[in-house]
Amino acid sequence: MSRSLNSVKAILKRELLSYFHSPTAYVVLVVFLILQGFFTFYVGGFYESGQAELSLFFTWHPWIFLFLAPAVTMRLFSDEKRTGTIELLMTFPVTPAEITTAKFLAAWIFISSGIVLTFPVVITVYYLGSPDTGAIISGYIGSFLMAGALISIGCFSSSITKSQVIAFLSAASLSLFLILAGHSPVIQAASGIFPKIIVNFISEMSILTHFKSLTKGIIDLRDIIYFLSIIIFMLFLNTSAINSNSK
Amino acid sequence: MIEAKELTKSFGQTKAVRNVSFNVETGDILGFLGPNGAGKSTTMRMLTGYIAPDSGDAFIDSKSVTENPIEVKSQIGYLSEISPLYSEMTVTEFLNFCCEIRGFSGRKKISMTEKAIEKCFLSQAKHQQINTLSKGYRQRVSFAQSIIHDPKYLILDEPTDGLDPNQKQEVREMIKSMSREKAIILSTHILDEAAAICNRAIIISNGEIIADDTPRGLLEKDPDFGSYDIETDFIKDINHFKSSLNKIQIIDKIEIKKNSEKNDNSWIKIFFSKTSSFSTSEIILELEKIFSNSSLKLKSISRDKGDLTKVFRILTSN
Repeated sequence: MSRSLNSVKAILKRELLSYFHSPTAYVVLVVFLILQGFFTFYVGGFYESGQAELSLFFTWHPWIFLFLAPAVTMRLFSDEKRTGTIELLMTFPVTPAEITTAKFLAAWIFISSGIVLTFPVVITVYYLGSPDTGAIISGYIGSFLMAGALISIGCFSSSITKSQVIAFLSAASLSLFLILAGHSPVIQAASGIFPKIIVNFISEMSILTHFKSLTKGIIDLRDIIYFLSIIIFMLFLNTSAINSNSK
Repeated sequence: MIEAKELTKSFGQTKAVRNVSFNVETGDILGFLGPNGAGKSTTMRMLTGYIAPDSGDAFIDSKSVTENPIEVKSQIGYLSEISPLYSEMTVTEFLNFCCEIRGFSGRKKISMTEKAIEKCFLSQAKHQQINTLSKGYRQRVSFAQSIIHDPKYLILDEPTDGLDPNQKQEVREMIKSMSREKAIILSTHILDEAAAICNRAIIISNGEIIADDTPRGLLEKDPDFGSYDIETDFIKDINHFKSSLNKIQIIDKIEIKKNSEKNDNSWIKIFFSKTSSFSTSEIILELEKIFSNSSLKLKSISRDKGDLTKVFRILTSN
């Protein structure tokens, strides 16, 4: 157990270092914060809404993470495959599950640091009025979990290819599918074709549905389990993908 | 002990490695020779647990690579042919990472990294980013990575590739000096290198072991091994000269390699019967007699030590 922890810690540290060694990390963080502000204040009309709450702010998170998560995860495995360092990593005394966990955590911590940096928005709403603290907390929990789910999808996509571009595109497409499944135009279109039970299933599968209820201040165990099960399932696929490399 | 037992691996239709078995004991340096694509790297990758064999298994200290990969991997130091490195890290950062992932931390880690830097002559580059290093330095960083935890078993795929002659010599000396308490397998395409540092050599071709011998044993497979090369004056009457030599019964064959009147020079290769009980000095005395009788000057005489390249070509050409 302590050996596993050590290996995860070592790889995690290396990955985080490599994020901050390259300018990409800073670009991604800055782009995230700019987009966040732009969508919330200009496109979303935060001031015009006249309400001191963050639901407008959270609405944009799935759409921003749709691109940011694949951008952060695309090189995680594909680059190791391209440069051959995966061979080095796999000949160290570490298991594929440890490698997967460490890389996932590194990307999650990185994106989370971006989420944490949105704190000025929280200060703004407290300055302007008296928002519902519970809704803000559950919204942030939702945002962290959703980012985790999208990152796990990105990790998996990166583990099946040598090309960062393919990793990015496949992660973004898969994520878009999971997000859109709960978008109201899609649900409306689907309800014209499928029976109600299937429409419900499609909307249940959606990231948007589960994320929305969290941003409304409702912490439902089912939503949390939903995000965690996406993460676990994707990391399981990811581990199998690395394992099959050596077959 | 490293034990390979009937390792077999195919990639699609191609059988990369077939039924490869051998043992390497502590104190041994085993050279792995073979043409490109013969299956050397694939065999080594199976020993390190990077790729799983289709059938057969490898054992390190009687522990199976496929069943106890973690234990086995912690006992091995591996230098891959492509020497993959995290190029955005500095040398020290990278070596520290190699210690941490193997479970070393704190002072122990720092001293291990320092030792490896010193052993692999990396002091000048220790704060440099790996992507700014030359091929030779990168190779040394890879080598440092493989020995940093002082493993009992070393598997080195082309360890001197890309180094200049001085560095090659340094690495060879280093490998030799470590061999006392380690079992080492190294692959190389430089045959003289195998002859110089290995005490055993395996030639692998088309995925199969076609020779497993000492370097000396392999050299003896050269058909010219042990023959005498003689330089003398121009021989006017070759037939007469040959018949005078043939009087010595232990001579098997005489080849006139060169006979130039202009330079007053000729080269002769003489094969003596391998079963004869004559010693080298007796043979030389006999030759001197014959040459002085035919009034030819014996300019030089040397024994053919065998040529590994020739042996390699003979063994791998079919």
